Amino acid sequence: MQEKTPPRGRLRTEPSLAAPPGRRLFLRQLAGSAVLGAAAGAAADPLPVPDSAKQLGKPVASSPYGQPARFEANIIRRQSPGLTRTNESSIAFTPLQNLFGIITPNGLHFERDHAGLPDIDPVQHRLAVHGLVAQPKLFSMDDILRLPSVSRLHFIECGANSGMEWGNVAVPTVQFTHGMLSCAEYTGVLLSTVLDAVGVDLKRARYLLAEGADGASLTRTIPLSMALDDALLVYGQNGEMLRPENGYPLRLVVPGVQGVSSVKWLRRLEVGDAPWHTREETLHYSDLMPDGISRQFTWIQEAKSVITSPSAGMTLLDKGGYYEITGLAWSGRGRIKRVDVSTDGGRSWHTARLQEPVLSKALTRFRHDWVWDGTPALLQSRCVDDTGYVQPLLRQLREVRGTRSIYHNNAIQTWQVAADGGVHNVQL
Amino acid sequence: MCSSRLLALGLWLIAASASAAPAWEALGKPLAANEIASWDIDVRPDGVGLPPGHGSVEEGQVVYDTHCASCHGTFGESTDYLALAGGVGSLGTATPQRTVGSKLDYATTLWDYINRAMPFNRSKALSVNEVYAVTAYVLNLNDILPADAVLDERSLPQVEMPNRKGFTQAHGMMRADGKPDVRNTACMKDCLKTPPQVSSALPAGFTHQLYGELGPHFRQFMVAAPAAAAPTPAALAASNGCLACHAAQQTRVGPAFADVARRYAAVADAPAQLRQKVRAGGSGVWGSALMPPQTTVTDAALDQILGWILAGAAAP
Repeated sequence: MQEKTPPRGRLRTEPSLAAPPGRRLFLRQLAGSAVLGAAAGAAADPLPVPDSAKQLGKPVASSPYGQPARFEANIIRRQSPGLTRTNESSIAFTPLQNLFGIITPNGLHFERDHAGLPDIDPVQHRLAVHGLVAQPKLFSMDDILRLPSVSRLHFIECGANSGMEWGNVAVPTVQFTHGMLSCAEYTGVLLSTVLDAVGVDLKRARYLLAEGADGASLTRTIPLSMALDDALLVYGQNGEMLRPENGYPLRLVVPGVQGVSSVKWLRRLEVGDAPWHTREETLHYSDLMPDGISRQFTWIQEAKSVITSPSAGMTLLDKGGYYEITGLAWSGRGRIKRVDVSTDGGRSWHTARLQEPVLSKALTRFRHDWVWDGTPALLQSRCVDDTGYVQPLLRQLREVRGTRSIYHNNAIQTWQVAADGGVHNVQL
Repeated sequence: MCSSRLLALGLWLIAASASAAPAWEALGKPLAANEIASWDIDVRPDGVGLPPGHGSVEEGQVVYDTHCASCHGTFGESTDYLALAGGVGSLGTATPQRTVGSKLDYATTLWDYINRAMPFNRSKALSVNEVYAVTAYVLNLNDILPADAVLDERSLPQVEMPNRKGFTQAHGMMRADGKPDVRNTACMKDCLKTPPQVSSALPAGFTHQLYGELGPHFRQFMVAAPAAAAPTPAALAASNGCLACHAAQQTRVGPAFADVARRYAAVADAPAQLRQKVRAGGSGVWGSALMPPQTTVTDAALDQILGWILAGAAAP
């Protein structure tokens, strides 16, 4: 048998995968024997040549705006039954269990609307910027598209992501535990550029109010420090214009900050010297502590990770054998430095491989080789960001914040793999 | 030479600085004060932004019963959407109720939200006075204002909400460099004193009852989906272009399928012969029209189509 250079992935020295020399020899010996010969498929029916290989396909541009293969029809956003009272003020979750890499396809980006999905004509749309500025201005979309632009990869996570799980397990799959999370390449204008164009009064200005053009005219206070740092006025998402569900034609993206601050259908920015205490930063999106006091302006999304495969609701087809454990990690404070994976409920941990690129305030994909021995297992991931912060246990979060704060649950998630291959959402 | 280069560089720098004001700063149309006023609806806790106007609890009840009660309940008690009244003092208990009365720290927030976002299906439909009135009524439902109260732009910011001191900004999540409140360590080996125990899982049947079958939520190619209904031979004849030249009962460019069936009725290996003719194409058998070679139709589809033709090409 000719020894070729093994593919790159086989060069690693993890005992689970790379066969030691003795084992290679054993395999070579096996190769000459009838045992492996049979395993390699000595006599079987010939493989059928597929119809597709014998037919002329459809013409190009049969689908002028491409659609996923028809076999992917179940890869969709979903609402969680009973979570919201109306379908207009509601949430559709990203199917994280179905996705690869770090980019969320535009059609699957999670959708949170507060007064339904508006239908906005970009020709009519305007952005007003006023308040503590030298020259209040009205920008058309043409104006905004002419401004100096940037493209950045960032995650957007709703502050209430995983909020249903503070007290106990409540939902069956990662789509519902973690699917208020998406990541895209956003293109637009640095907010600081627009604030330059209106001459923001840096002596007095401390906050911005961002307001949407939807029926809720959703408003959030944005601190000027974030506005001048890396906040973006976004019109592009993954190479095309924003989808209506994600704020067409213009939205704010405040990187690392809970999603509600990234106001969609943005039509007004007011510069002021004090926060506004809007409904979405007092009645909601404030974190209730056990003593009855609410933490207000809990903007930052702290470091968090989750295994997306294997994950709850799946059934492992082979009872034992190789499975790649893969998932996502992110931090609103910066880059992911490391992700560790446990298959024994946190008794021991192994450092996972991080897929490049590893970007600040963006999703990072991790992978870990796992040879399942067929006995029950408890899968967990735990990330560390570049501030040194280690993703906490749910127990540690509860000790400080109780179970009624709704927002900012960034606990380590556990998936239980049962002996029959079923994977379940559990808490330890 | 060196100095002339420096001079050239200096001249370039002067030219660059002369045109330093980037053209993009000029983009955007200056806004007039009345234009701003038409959009600038936000209200701050200090009352900045409140327009002149007034409304009484009594007037507010009429507005409320007309526009609000169907969702929020006659007394603001309905939890179907969002309870407006009750729950004061409950936030520190095991069953906190987040209502206007129990959670808001400023009454201006209530005014601002009603004015911008309510009624849910017809936002911004209320007049300024109606917003003052219904704000007064909701505060009265919470026993914060007496029944004879009237609110205006001066009195609204003075309303003392029960949860006025219920918020804190003393936490680490306002800034990227804020101090986290929970500290875990990245232990790698022998991290648990006792074996891990599952403390919470979904009750049996819960998932199926609420979410239905979870199988479609996952992409598992090896699990076969139910096969789509197989197309009929007639449909295959259409989708493979046969009907461009043939019809079941009438002669067109090529012979009617019924005529083909009659001619081959007594031929033992009719399917094989016809398959070859279809694949190779030709002319002269039925007339001078040329039948082009048919290469794209699959063997399986062709066999089905020929079986149907030889059986008389009945309509499906």
